[in-house]
Amino acid sequence: MSGEGKGIVDKGKEAVQGVAQTVMKKAVELAPDSLMPGGRPDPLIRRQHGHIGKPVSRVDGPRKVRGAAPFAAEVALDGMAYASLAYSTIAKGRIAAIDTAAAEAAPGVVLVMTHRNAPRLNPPPRFLSGDKAAAGDDSPIMQDDRVRWNGEPVALVLAETQEQADHARSLIRITYEEEPAATTVATADGCEVGTFMGEPLRAVVGDADAALAAAPHKVEVVYRTPGHNHNAIEPHAATLAWRGDELFVHDATQAVAHTAWSMAQIFGLEESQVHVSSPFVGGGFGAKGLWQHQVLAAAAARLAGRPVRIALSREGVYRIVGGRSPTEQRVALGADADGRLTAIIHRGVTPKTRHSPMPEPFILPTQSAYASETIALEVKTCYLDMVANTFMRAPGEAVGTVALECAMDELAEQLGMDPIELRIRNEPEKDPISGRPFSSRNIVAAYRAGAERFGWDRRSPTPRARREGEWLVGMGCATATYPYHRMPGGAARITLDAQGRARVDVAAHEMGMGTATAQAQVAADRLGLPLEAVTVRYGDSSLPGVILAGGSQQTASVGLSVMMAHQELVAELLKLAGNDSPLAGLSANEVESADGGLRKLDEPGHFESYASILGRAGRGELAAEGSAPMPLETMHWSMHSHGAMFCEVRVNAVTGETRVSRFLGSFDCGRILNPKTAASQFRGGIIMGLGLALMEETQFDERKGRIMNRNLADYHVPVHMDVPEIDVIWTDIPDPRAPMGARGIGEIGITGTGAAVANAIHNATGRRVRDFPITLDQLL
Amino acid sequence: MGIIVNGTDVALPDDPRVSLLDLLRERLRLSGTKKGCDQGACGACTVLVDGQRILSCLALAVQYEGRSVTTIEGLGDEGALHPLQQAFIEHDGFQCGYCTPGQICSAVGMIEELRRGVPSHVTADLAATAIPHSRDELRERMSGNLCRCGAHNGIMDAIAETYGAETHAEAAE
Repeated sequence: MSGEGKGIVDKGKEAVQGVAQTVMKKAVELAPDSLMPGGRPDPLIRRQHGHIGKPVSRVDGPRKVRGAAPFAAEVALDGMAYASLAYSTIAKGRIAAIDTAAAEAAPGVVLVMTHRNAPRLNPPPRFLSGDKAAAGDDSPIMQDDRVRWNGEPVALVLAETQEQADHARSLIRITYEEEPAATTVATADGCEVGTFMGEPLRAVVGDADAALAAAPHKVEVVYRTPGHNHNAIEPHAATLAWRGDELFVHDATQAVAHTAWSMAQIFGLEESQVHVSSPFVGGGFGAKGLWQHQVLAAAAARLAGRPVRIALSREGVYRIVGGRSPTEQRVALGADADGRLTAIIHRGVTPKTRHSPMPEPFILPTQSAYASETIALEVKTCYLDMVANTFMRAPGEAVGTVALECAMDELAEQLGMDPIELRIRNEPEKDPISGRPFSSRNIVAAYRAGAERFGWDRRSPTPRARREGEWLVGMGCATATYPYHRMPGGAARITLDAQGRARVDVAAHEMGMGTATAQAQVAADRLGLPLEAVTVRYGDSSLPGVILAGGSQQTASVGLSVMMAHQELVAELLKLAGNDSPLAGLSANEVESADGGLRKLDEPGHFESYASILGRAGRGELAAEGSAPMPLETMHWSMHSHGAMFCEVRVNAVTGETRVSRFLGSFDCGRILNPKTAASQFRGGIIMGLGLALMEETQFDERKGRIMNRNLADYHVPVHMDVPEIDVIWTDIPDPRAPMGARGIGEIGITGTGAAVANAIHNATGRRVRDFPITLDQLL
Repeated sequence: MGIIVNGTDVALPDDPRVSLLDLLRERLRLSGTKKGCDQGACGACTVLVDGQRILSCLALAVQYEGRSVTTIEGLGDEGALHPLQQAFIEHDGFQCGYCTPGQICSAVGMIEELRRGVPSHVTADLAATAIPHSRDELRERMSGNLCRCGAHNGIMDAIAETYGAETHAEAAE
């Protein structure tokens, strides 16, 4: 089947899914609250004096500061060979000739794999095409002589050492037959309205174009954002081995269960034959999924009959792991004399490949942002021959808020209104498109608290009003937003031992969020145990659950799964306790976990410890597993994390250099489980947002379809000198519909930040820069 | 004579192409030193050679014959963390932990440079015998160590807490 034909079938499937989703959504919207997950708030929300909310230091901190936390490229396997990849140098065409003789004869070489001798493999299941599909790119992997993008792997060398493999790779000679490639939007291989999770990226309320034409106040602006790369400091890597027909992968991934299933599909195995372990991930940000390198390494390992280590070079990461696509966004806002929005239009274009899971969905933040009589949103996507674009921290919101929140600042200026007051005036009472009630929305409180702490009243509404020597000083703000997600598939197991200690097993991931730490705090409160009595085991596909570390949803997914496992555990404990227990005759909803055991809710004297229950029953341990229900809460309520971002910049009037001197993020993300690790998550997002604002740009050669700045010297990320003290505060108002009352915090920091910086630069200089990043040449 | 790594004499590699970083990670299994770019752009591979910080990815192992290399494994161990390691934990000076050993080794070397009065780009008085300890001096001197998770504030707090008072006192002398 051709790639084209498959695309049509997939689209048909997606359309059917879309209709089914619409019918189900309506039913879920109309159902009573009590039937929804979150309909009865998590009892932990009421508990005020437990471990939740304490600034606990990371449980894996001592290992990380000693360099003793093992990453994927650090697992040593006996007899391991090292892989090195050769990448195509054309964007489209075929391999006419490939000469591997010199490479094969080079010292230490075990084998050279090309499309001529690679094992036959099934196509990689594209992420979102199935529950456990993991691949960021569904192109066939070294199966034919076709070249689909500039940088596609075309040969793999396996050798005794990395040095030998890299040298031998340099001896491979390839001749290509080049074909015309689509490497610019102007020459794209077709454009259409994009889809995301089976739904079109388009929304229409009323006639926005007519309302805009009639509006007494309006702004109409085009903002452009470039491509971005994640640049986790750990490059992608895997160390893997076959034992018979079973594959063991030490991976760096945000999706252990997805990767195991998808690798099984590719190699024609049962899911149970693939084991994926990934206890530590050196930064992910959306990029650490299933790409070609794991598959190629496993294929080579099978051919060679040896374990393989594949550690991508920094350039290799740029060649085969996608980044965020560039966008061109037109935002038009119409408002009446009081500043009430009458029209919101947000439309634009972004490139993708035919093999990537989604177009950059930049309209997402606009969907729930402001009340307006009319709304028109649309993402048009154009197909290019390039490395597959992918999810990068807050896909959609990170760059969508740039256009929307800068346009709001432009409108405020035109109206002569304070930009915070303009936003508050347009605060919606319910979701402006879906009409659903908000589960919890306290943006106004976040703005008020932030404005006071930041000293917003010291901002002059007149641009270029404050100068200190060579430096022009200005302040700006913007709204941050990211949806609450909880994906299907959550499950967890709790095991109590004879001493009454608990272990939580869950196929979750740690890439810096503090997963084990925060989940240990939650589980300790849930079980009524001291923190030291709880351990969390994670990062392995043999553990329960299909849990993606993505969409800022891992905490909710794990949290609810543990809550369900706890319910099972209580039922099992009561059964085990029997008639000789002070708990005799009680049902699960009459007891609670406290003080290392179960006690009657209204008569705390009726208590028995876990250790006593297990001891009397002669049990060494007791395990219970629970599964999270379908995430219907997100179809019943409009659920989002929110924030108000404040920035002060100093722009050098002589050189155009921008320095961020102060930044404050004021967040409304529900309950904060661990203030220490949460603050780091918020700051981390904000710092990536500073990069987005001022320096980050993937430079794509439109003639060759090749990324030019494929290293950390030419792709600039914020360094210590670029990062001021970043202040973060939060409302800590629990969301009654979210497990633990907590919405996601991992991605929201990068949203709104770019606009806050741009708006501050405007306030400092009077310049509106609409082409990101805002480099000094644009301010001279 | 080989290379002294954390006090132990180890043999030079037989292949002259082997970087000091790959010697540590692949041959000695000291994987605390990290590879982030292999091009001298990220600082994750920072180690101390005779007390000075270097990028081990840009160093050929054979060039370091007879020199003394200290890696993160040689700074502190499980029972006795280096004070800076402890401060990184207290101040949450990391998230994923991948750049962390490089940040810590770099900071240890950086403080010695400050003590020796080596000026930086932000040092106002190049002739000063003691360089005043300031956030900007620390930030500038640590800017070769990238962190993508965004733990910059915590890293600075950890370094300032560990070395702050001492360098302030020296500046006052």
